[in-house]
Amino acid sequence: MISVRNLTKRFGDFPAVQDVTFNVKKGEIFAFLGPNGAGKSTTSKMLTTLLAPTSGSVEIDGLDPAKQGNQVRKQIGIVFQDPSLDTELTAYENIEFHGVFYHVPKRVRRERIPRLLEVFGLWERRDSFVKEFSGGMKRRLEIARCLLHTPKIIFLDEPTLGLDPQTRHQLWSQVKQLNQDEQVTVFLTTHYMEEAERVADRIAIIDHGKIIAEGTASELKSATSADSLEQAFLNLTGSAIREEEATSLDRMRNMAKMFRR
Amino acid sequence: MSCIYILWIRQLKRYIRSRSRIVSSLGQPILYLVALGFGFGPIFQKAGEGSYLQFLAPGVVGMTILFTAMFNGIELLWDKQFGFLKETMVAPVPRVLIMLGRTLGGTTVAVVQGLIVVIVCTLAGFRPVNWALIPAAIAFMVLIGFLFTAFGTAVASLLSDFQGFQLVMNFLVMPIYFLSGALYPLRHAPPALEAVARIDPLAYGVDGLRAAFLGSSHFGMLTDFGVLAFAALLFLGLGSYFFNRIQL
Ligand SMILES: Nc1ncnc2c1ncn2[C@@H]1O[C@H](COP(=O)(O)OP(=O)(O)O)[C@@H](O)[C@H]1O
Ligand SMILES: [Mg+2]
Repeated sequence: MISVRNLTKRFGDFPAVQDVTFNVKKGEIFAFLGPNGAGKSTTSKMLTTLLAPTSGSVEIDGLDPAKQGNQVRKQIGIVFQDPSLDTELTAYENIEFHGVFYHVPKRVRRERIPRLLEVFGLWERRDSFVKEFSGGMKRRLEIARCLLHTPKIIFLDEPTLGLDPQTRHQLWSQVKQLNQDEQVTVFLTTHYMEEAERVADRIAIIDHGKIIAEGTASELKSATSADSLEQAFLNLTGSAIREEEATSLDRMRNMAKMFRR
Repeated sequence: MSCIYILWIRQLKRYIRSRSRIVSSLGQPILYLVALGFGFGPIFQKAGEGSYLQFLAPGVVGMTILFTAMFNGIELLWDKQFGFLKETMVAPVPRVLIMLGRTLGGTTVAVVQGLIVVIVCTLAGFRPVNWALIPAAIAFMVLIGFLFTAFGTAVASLLSDFQGFQLVMNFLVMPIYFLSGALYPLRHAPPALEAVARIDPLAYGVDGLRAAFLGSSHFGMLTDFGVLAFAALLFLGLGSYFFNRIQL
């Protein structure tokens, strides 16, 4: 379903993703596990048509995201690492917008939107503006939104970052159910080991833009002779701490502060 | 089609909900109208040019549409920074349609602002000469709005943060405004200024508005219309091109 060959992305001289190769089968849940700055989001963006690769090839359901962007976009649903809601609109308006943009017929929207908002505990707040939402509520809305158009592949870039255990549980049970019922393929990135272990069929460990190990959780453990995936992860990536780069939103907040003086 | 519609509705909703923006964006035109309109009025009159308020009002309407439209185009930067642009960019909708929806939304908001300023001008004493030509005036307002929303979108597609925004305002928008003949008659302007106005799309917009509101124009109404329509299409193409190349 996803086939990636020697994928490389450079920002100037800096190689964010280097010579990455992997395959994801239909109906599989595949996790990219890696520390901050490993190149997980950059890879997701190249797979989802948002960023053009420097070199290498990508096939999504047999299509090339760089050339057949629109056909690829029809097949996929995405939850980004950074927020992607219109905060000046209400929760309902945001998800309705998504439905229209993904050509979900009105009848289906009327039926599915309330159900999804209900599942993610947002139905009561459907008419509140997203700018009044907490981080967790925004995340829940983004996840509900991504499930609205029943995509063939869903991409989840650190979807549980900053979520409470209840919402995390809700998210993964929804994803697993979707995966089982409709054979939806899932590509997820995370830096939580236990999450990768619990949810994913197969895991690739990525660091400094390179895949350094790949397999099921137990394969990874035995390959590094570690008792836990966490130990395996640390054995592979070392224990140096990675700083999170300032996100565009942080930069934006700084701008806003400057303007206010 | 429904994608264009929902983008359009989104912009209208955002506009209506930001009351502070509506009020603050009306402050500037009113200031121009009062300070310049009444301040220069007597001198203009003495120079034998008639009422300065009559002359100035279409210029201030043009200015309002220019600023609102540019701002609406540049709003793309907000969507880029706050992330909503990603949501539209990964949807299975051709980017040309996204560009078109945004541009139509921005145009509508700009024209509404322009109409509000027409009413304000009328309250200040401005009187259109020929009421039958009001539809022509509105057509010119739509063209100006469309052109500069597309222009703003093209510019915002090329910028990655707000540092470039001030640059655009100071070196693009302000010259477009001041050199357009919105504030002074091109007829008596030094040849160099007149020549510059000839390559300023807003000059044709303001001139078209004067043609429609006052029945007098510098370039001729048909020329105004032709140049504006051509420039609008050009900027739509340019905007679509740059918009299509955005990487996030
Ligand atoms: N647009 C960009 N320009 C320059 N460098 C970037 C850009 N996007 C990401 N990077 C860099 O590429 C590296 C990988 O980033 P990313 O893919 O976001 O990592 P992850 O999602 O695994 O935390 C980081 O060092 C980051 O600073
Ligand atoms: Mg990331």
